[in-house]
Amino acid sequence: MNSSTRSRLYRWDVKASPYLYIAPFFVLFAAFGLFPLGYTAWVSLHDWSLLSDEHTFAGLDNYQRLLGDPYFWNALRNTVSILVLGTVPQLLLALLMAHLLTMRLRGRTFFQMGMLLPNVASVVAVAVIFSQLFGRDFGVINWVLESLGAGRIDWQAGVASSHIAIAVMIIWKWTGYNALIYLAAMQAIPRDMYESATLDGASSIRQLRSITIPMIRPTVIFTVIVSTIYGLQVFAEPQLFAGGGYDTVTGGSSRQFQTLTLYLYEHGFNRGFQFGYASATAWVMFVIIVVIAVLNYLLVRRIRSSS
Amino acid sequence: MRAIHTRRFLAAGLAAGLFCLTACSSSDEPDAASNAGSDGEAITLTIGLFGDFGFEPLYAEYEAAHPGITIEERIAEFSDHHTNLTQRLATGSGTADIEAVEVGFISQFTATPDRFHNLLDLGADQLEDRWLDWKWQQALARDDSALIGLGTDVGGMAMCYRTDLFNEAGLPTDRDEVSQLWPTWEDYVATGQEFMAAADGKYFFESSGNMFRAMIEQAPVGVYDSDDNLIVATSDHVKHAWDLAVEAIEAGMSNQLTAWTPEWTAAFGQGTFATIICPAWMTAYIEGSAPDAEGLWDVASVPGGAGNMGGAHLVLPAQGENPEAAYDLIEWLTAPEQQLKVFQETGNFPSTPELYDDEELTQFSKEYFNDAPIGQIFTEAAQLVQPQYQGPLQGDVLTIIGQGLGRIEEGAQTPDEAWTQVLSDLESLA
Repeated sequence: MNSSTRSRLYRWDVKASPYLYIAPFFVLFAAFGLFPLGYTAWVSLHDWSLLSDEHTFAGLDNYQRLLGDPYFWNALRNTVSILVLGTVPQLLLALLMAHLLTMRLRGRTFFQMGMLLPNVASVVAVAVIFSQLFGRDFGVINWVLESLGAGRIDWQAGVASSHIAIAVMIIWKWTGYNALIYLAAMQAIPRDMYESATLDGASSIRQLRSITIPMIRPTVIFTVIVSTIYGLQVFAEPQLFAGGGYDTVTGGSSRQFQTLTLYLYEHGFNRGFQFGYASATAWVMFVIIVVIAVLNYLLVRRIRSSS
Repeated sequence: MRAIHTRRFLAAGLAAGLFCLTACSSSDEPDAASNAGSDGEAITLTIGLFGDFGFEPLYAEYEAAHPGITIEERIAEFSDHHTNLTQRLATGSGTADIEAVEVGFISQFTATPDRFHNLLDLGADQLEDRWLDWKWQQALARDDSALIGLGTDVGGMAMCYRTDLFNEAGLPTDRDEVSQLWPTWEDYVATGQEFMAAADGKYFFESSGNMFRAMIEQAPVGVYDSDDNLIVATSDHVKHAWDLAVEAIEAGMSNQLTAWTPEWTAAFGQGTFATIICPAWMTAYIEGSAPDAEGLWDVASVPGGAGNMGGAHLVLPAQGENPEAAYDLIEWLTAPEQQLKVFQETGNFPSTPELYDDEELTQFSKEYFNDAPIGQIFTEAAQLVQPQYQGPLQGDVLTIIGQGLGRIEEGAQTPDEAWTQVLSDLESLA
């Protein structure tokens, strides 16, 4: 091999290798991400039932029917409500916990690891256990409420009460995870900033607000977007919260906690197996999620940097 | 600066897309049908059931008599079972060799007989006399050209009640006297009023949906007419059943439980309600959920006359690769001798009339139910049943109406609002 071939090979290697290294992700994404996305769009334009082999083109019919269905709007309302109830306290709590963990504590690693435990538990296990805790007749929470003199609450029956119960499951599972992410970002903040703030007489909370949060802004943006996306797609929690029977698909007999994914599931995998309609729902969900994620991004971006 | 923002937008959008894709495209993992081969050697037969059918001890017996056959049971929850089955039939893969179908769903499947092996071709044509006439009919395709399932149990109805709660409320506890309290459903509700006036913190029944369903099952015509038209909106009988259920709800008689939820199961153990409509299969469920209540339950006759509630068929999806072996197994499982064993084990009542004068059946009683002669009670109940035509979406229709009653129970809607929503929900039922 002469030196010119070798140098050409070398140059080629330098140029191509990086692409080769990232290729597996993009190949997988194309096969399992991009293709289904496009195919779903195609299906959504058809009257496509799993039960029949005929798939007639329907144009935007599915979308029109979807937007005219009050149950869809109900599901959207429920989803947004659960999102707000589940995400806002979750992130604030995570921030606070992370802040506490930056302080000098005995057994810090123990606490840091402990926080991640709820996240390791399977969603289904979490949902089943919390559904029992929130049980109307034999749940621990109602038992405590009653022994405190407050009345029992039929958690499943009410709109607000069911949303709160589901939000609690989400908060329990994800707070520790977000706290760890915040904690990692906080480690990168130079300690001397805190030292000089302490010299200036700033309280711990003031330091959190004026130093920590602005310094970890990109991380906050990341967690807000990721938890928004998760919150808009909650499925297992409301499904298992219903307990049993058809309520698991409609989110209670009044659809009081049917989320968008449950709505999609109802149409795609239960009644009539209307894949066209379910695909339209998936696409509308996709658009909603992108819009809300972008809005969140714009909102969180306004956190002022301290400099 | 601008460029960076645009890129971040894109990243946010991309992230959103990724997450949606991972979660939106949740799918059922296909169970690999494990057939060792159809050349007569080792065969594994899978059997998909909802709940426990009491077949477990029978498998060993069958396997011992048929070397080379292994039986594998998969049990799913009631509501999941039929959804999964429909899905797997539609996609053409993933069903078990043998699947159980509850009576509320059977006509949905007889409408597409080509998705199943025709049992008439496999030898069932010789066996018509084995089953109650209407049980046989339920699994026949509309043009009688194909039979998709063999009947397991039937659900002739009775009424189970707690003698201790009746005693506390000053009601009679003897089963004949209790039966005389409620010849009709109006009398049942009137008894409920009496019970509620005296009972402290207890309920008369567990769910109004079940009471409604029992009333519908007793009618000559249910929620469909014989041409598959939904008649919920126009049927006097449906309206009457609905009104009576609403009356009972408004009197506070319902424990507001949804069947098959953990709360429902727990309520049996806690003894929070006094009566439950009892098709034969329910007795096993009561016994299993409230083992401590032995001797407290008894069985009286059901108001309003005879009717069938529940019961199942075993079907062979066409995707199964060993129809002959599978057929031999279900023929054996549904034969009178085996149905009798299942009854003695679980309480699921045989659908084979030749047993109905067999003393092992008619003399059967259970200590748990205060030695009530349940063999005799359910034999009479099964013999009195007048067949009712089951429409294609029978199970879904009753579910929707049950949810409507649930909304009244929860106080989310007035009876009128609930009824209006039931009708509009039924209209959009595909």
